[in-house]
Parts: sequence; structure tokens; C-alpha cells
Amino acid sequence: MQPVATTFFFYLLAGLAVLGGVLVITRRNAVHSALALILTLLSLAGLYLMLYAPFVAGVQIILYAGGIMVLFLFVIMLVSIEKSQKEEQFNKLWLVGLLAAIALGGLFIGVYVKGKALFPEAKVVLEEGNNTQGIADYLYGHYLFTFEIASLLLLVAIIGAVVMAKKRI
Amino acid sequence: MPDFLTAYLQSNVTPGEAGSAFWALIYVLIVFAGISVAVMAMNWLERKALAHFQIRLGPMRVGPHGLLQPIADAIKLLTKEDIVPSAADKFVFWLAPLIILCASFTTYIVVPFGRAHAITDLNIGILFMLGVSSLSVLGVVMAGWASNSHYPLLGALRSSAQMVSYEIAMGLAVVSAVLMTSLNPSGTGTLSMIGIVQAQEAQQTWFVFKFFPLGFIALGVFAIAMVAETNRAPFDLPEAESELTAGFHTEYSGLRWSLFMLGEYAAMIAVSSIAVTLWLGGWLRPFPHWLAGQSWDLVFSLFPGLLFLGLAAIAFVGVGRMPKHPYFKIQTAGLAGFGAVLGLIGVVLFIPPVRDRVQDIFWFIAKVAVFMYLYIWYRATFPRYRFDQLMKVGWKVLLPVALGVLLLTAVAGILF
Amino acid sequence: MEALGQISTLHYLVLAAALFVLGVIGVLTRRNVVIILMSIELILNAVNLNLLAFSRLYGLHGQVFSIFVITDAAAEAAVGLGIIIAFFRNKETVNVDEVDLMKW
Repeated sequence: MQPVATTFFFYLLAGLAVLGGVLVITRRNAVHSALALILTLLSLAGLYLMLYAPFVAGVQIILYAGGIMVLFLFVIMLVSIEKSQKEEQFNKLWLVGLLAAIALGGLFIGVYVKGKALFPEAKVVLEEGNNTQGIADYLYGHYLFTFEIASLLLLVAIIGAVVMAKKRI
Repeated sequence: MPDFLTAYLQSNVTPGEAGSAFWALIYVLIVFAGISVAVMAMNWLERKALAHFQIRLGPMRVGPHGLLQPIADAIKLLTKEDIVPSAADKFVFWLAPLIILCASFTTYIVVPFGRAHAITDLNIGILFMLGVSSLSVLGVVMAGWASNSHYPLLGALRSSAQMVSYEIAMGLAVVSAVLMTSLNPSGTGTLSMIGIVQAQEAQQTWFVFKFFPLGFIALGVFAIAMVAETNRAPFDLPEAESELTAGFHTEYSGLRWSLFMLGEYAAMIAVSSIAVTLWLGGWLRPFPHWLAGQSWDLVFSLFPGLLFLGLAAIAFVGVGRMPKHPYFKIQTAGLAGFGAVLGLIGVVLFIPPVRDRVQDIFWFIAKVAVFMYLYIWYRATFPRYRFDQLMKVGWKVLLPVALGVLLLTAVAGILF
Repeated sequence: MEALGQISTLHYLVLAAALFVLGVIGVLTRRNVVIILMSIELILNAVNLNLLAFSRLYGLHGQVFSIFVITDAAAEAAVGLGIIIAFFRNKETVNVDEVDLMKW
């Protein structure tokens, strides 16, 4: 099925994503930041659907919004936020941050505008119907070794998280 | 008959696939209204069944046999004062029930009530359902945190830990069912809810009986995990009233509290319909291959009408047993009217086009109803778990069992 | 495919750049380490959006890679939050500025 009203939904979702991003880095309360990040993640999942990537959109919702962000909220509740709310929120690097942001943003925009000819438009090679099957073919065929490395990485992460978060092992 | 109606009656795909926004909208309205009514009915049934488990009568006052009790409850909740604690985080407090409600209602977009009776069919159907229903944990955490009070916070912490851990066992059980869909000559499985039921139709068996007892164990793991996932007894630690007053919704009252309840029951129906779709053949009637043929089709298509006629008969027996005192005149008349409506529905369900159109919906709902009854039964039977026991069951029993079933299913799929 | 012509790949890339820059600002300027981790998630998501925007043009490899990115994000979040808990237990704070001792 063709996506409908693409322009409207793109600007809506993009606006929500950027709004969420701004809120993430400006909120005093860490829980509000986390909620703003969830807003960004969900609108990005919508954009992934428009990019013919329904499987990645599903993974984004189930893993990011349902898993990782719950972990974040859990940890924010464990570490007390009352004290950190009253403190200074930004460090003295704001000038550096602003400069880096302007430089990076300018670089990106410049490259994109200059290199516009590099991106052929409307050359859609993906079908939505068997997106999952296609990803599975790559994941367990061409990228099998990478897949195994990723599972090893997750194992290491589990052990590392337990070792670091536990008081006495 | 208008064109769009005949086109609808002849179509054999979901409105989402057919690309008709009008019918999709109608379906959304029907499904959401139906779920709300089902939640109210479930509310009455739960109180009534629990009461009979405990040799009580349950609601008897409002309407005959308390049939109007859910409506009275709804009016009470809607007119109640809506209290927001002064130290609460107002915005998050307001947002939390809405998130739970949206998360549990959005899942119904892909629930297949029949071959043509789903709002749409997504390529990633089951993944979408698991993902969106896992968002409700966010609502729970937000509600607990925003209340700015001890019991809700503890309830929310328990709840988030519990739901995240049981999601893993649930996901692995689902994967073993999805693996079974790939056992066809082309070797490609599917995640689409309708595709999963069609795979069961093609393989001529419900997945619960596939590679017995592997499918059965997977369903068992899922059935346990789904009770924990919806925070129901015996895994209702987040709202254990003896320890945490009411858990994460202690500070909620009135309309917002009723939104939590609506979301909880809608989520129960949603996970039950996942179990039915994956293992119990979705909308397929019992024995579609063993008892095949036109006469058997006819016999099974009579079931919905017969069920409603039976319910009407029960209502009329109830009319006969009402006390004869004039005080009960209105109640008796109400019960008789209810029976008459049920009987009328039963008669309508015998008319051929309705009969053929409705029977797959009937079988789906009947299977879901079994799971809903099981929920009530668990609540009446099992004592509540302790939190460390809960975690132990989730991580040390269900997870290894689900993983083992997945591996054995893969091996069996290669061998047979 | 006219509908696609209006929203080109460039639109997605600019959005991704915006999110990336926001993430960088967050990492550089915030003091709360939890929010710094969240800003890193923002950066990873910007990268994912880039990968998917190009995978629409060049095939499924981008989507597979973005799944690996999400896996990495999960591992990173688990370890990072574990470190935060250990850190908070020792120093009773979540400010990165106060992590200035190698050993005590």
C-alpha cells in the first residue's frame, strides 16, 4: 500500500521529533526529558513506516520505547532527582556546545545541499509486503557473523550491567 | 441496496487491504464500541462469577440479577470528584491514563476477528501488537511517579520490573509459534496475524497441537506470562491491596481511575486474542478438516444463533423464578425484555447472509471468552505471589522453558 | 510515485542532522549523566534515520544495519545505567562534573 498524505505526516512527525529533541536537552526534570525522548522515538517510528521499513519501526517501538526507555525511567526513579533538580543544569561548556552545533549543522546542511545530485529521487527499490522476510534473509545470511558478534555484545552487556549494578557479587 | 454495501458484502479482504478508508473507519468505531461494551460486560461477569465462587450472590439490586450494575458504576465514576494531589506532576498525572488507554486500544487495529473482519492486516502484525501493548508499562510508571506518593511509586517500580521481565518469556513463546508458520513448502513464515491463522488452516492443525507437546508448552508459557503482563491475580503485586493500598493508581479517582480500569480490561482482551490467534486457530471453527463438508459447515454455522437462543432461554427461566411480589414487577419485565432481545438476536443470526458473515467472529470471540473466564478463575483460586518468587518464576522457569521450546520447535521443524 | 517526489531523501537527512546536532548539544552541555545518555540515544536515532532514508534508495542493507544500531543502543543503555547506579551509590550524585577523582 502506498503511504497517503506523505507531506502532511512528514512535517507533523518531523516537528514532533524535533520538539521532543529540544525538550530532552532543556528540561530540568529528568523524567520529563525521558518522556520527551519517548515522543521523539515514537514519531521516528512513524517516519520509519513512511520509509518502507515496518519491521524496523516495530523493533523501534518494542525495544526503544517499551524496553530501553522503561529502563531509563526505572533508573531515574532509583537515583533521587530532587537534589539534582535544584542544581545548575548546564556546565560551562555551553559556548563550545553552541559552536560545535553550528559547525556540525552547517557542515551537514552544506554537504546535503551541495551533494543533492548524489541522491537520486523516487527510486524506490523496496517492497513493503515482504520486508520482514528480506531483512531475515540478510540477517541470517549475509550478515550472520555480525549477528553473532551482536549476540556476544549483548551477553557482555548483561554481565557488565549485573557486575556494575550489584552491591556485592 | 447501495453499491458500497454490496461491495462490502462481496469483499473478502480487510478494509485496510482493500484501501477503503470509509469501511476502516466504521470498523474502528465498531471495534472500539464493542470493546467498551465487552469491558462493561466483563465487569459484571467478574463480580458475579467471583461471588458465586465464594458462595455469595454478588450484585443483585440494580436491575434483574444486577445486570445494570456496570451502568450504575459508570455513572458513579463519571460524576465523582476528580482529585489531583497538590504535589503531583500535573501534566504527567493527566497523561498517564491516556497512554495506557491508547496503548491497549491501538492493538486492536490488527486483531483478526475473521478473514475479512480486521481493521487492517500489517506485515508486522504480531510484532506491532507486542510492541504497542508493551507501551502500557510507560503509563504505569508515569502514573506511579507523577502521584508523588510512596505507594504508587513502589507499585510502579514493581510493575515495570515485572512487565519488562515477563515480556521476554512472552516474546520467546510467540517466536516459537511464528516459527511454526514457516513449515510450508516455500519455507517462509509470516508475522501477519491473518497470515498466522491461514498457516494453521493450511497445515490443518491448531498450533497448540503442533509437535505435541511443544505447542502446548509454548501456549502455557504465554498464558502465564500474559497474566503477569496485565497485572492480574495471582501476579497483581503492583496493586496488592494488602501491601500497597492500590498500587500505581492509589491517587487516582473518578474518570481517570475508570480509564485505568478500561485500559486494563482492554489489554486483557488484547493478549487473550493474541493467544487465540497464535495457538487456537483464530477465527477457524473447531475441526475444519475432520468434520469437513457442506452439512458440517451448516451445523457449525448454527452455533451462534443457538447460543443466543440458549441465553434467552436462561433469561426466561430467570423470569419464572423472580419473586412474585409487585415490588419486582419492573425488574421482571426488564429481564423478560432482555431475554426477548437476546432471542431476537439469535433469530437474526440464523438468516443465511448474516450467518455466513458472522460465524468466524463468533468462534474468535468464543475462544477469547474462554481466556477471560480463566482470568476470573485464577483470581478466585490462586493466592498472590511474593515479589522474589515472581521474579524467580519469570527468569528461572519461564524463560528457560520458552527458550527450550523454541530450540526444540526448530529441531522438530527440520526433522519432520 | 509523485507523492514521494515532494518529500525527498534530503528532507529526511536534514531532520536527521537536526536531531544529531541536538544530541551533540545535550552531550556537551548537560551535567546530569542520565540526560547525557538520553542525548546519546538521540544521536543514535539520527543515525538510524539516515540509514533508513538511504535504504529506501539502495536496498535493505541499511535496515539491517539500523537493527544492529538498535541492539548496540540496548547494550549501551544497560551498561551505562549500571554505571550510573554504581556511581550514585558511591557519590550520591548524578553530575558528571563531580567525577574528577581517579581513586580515593
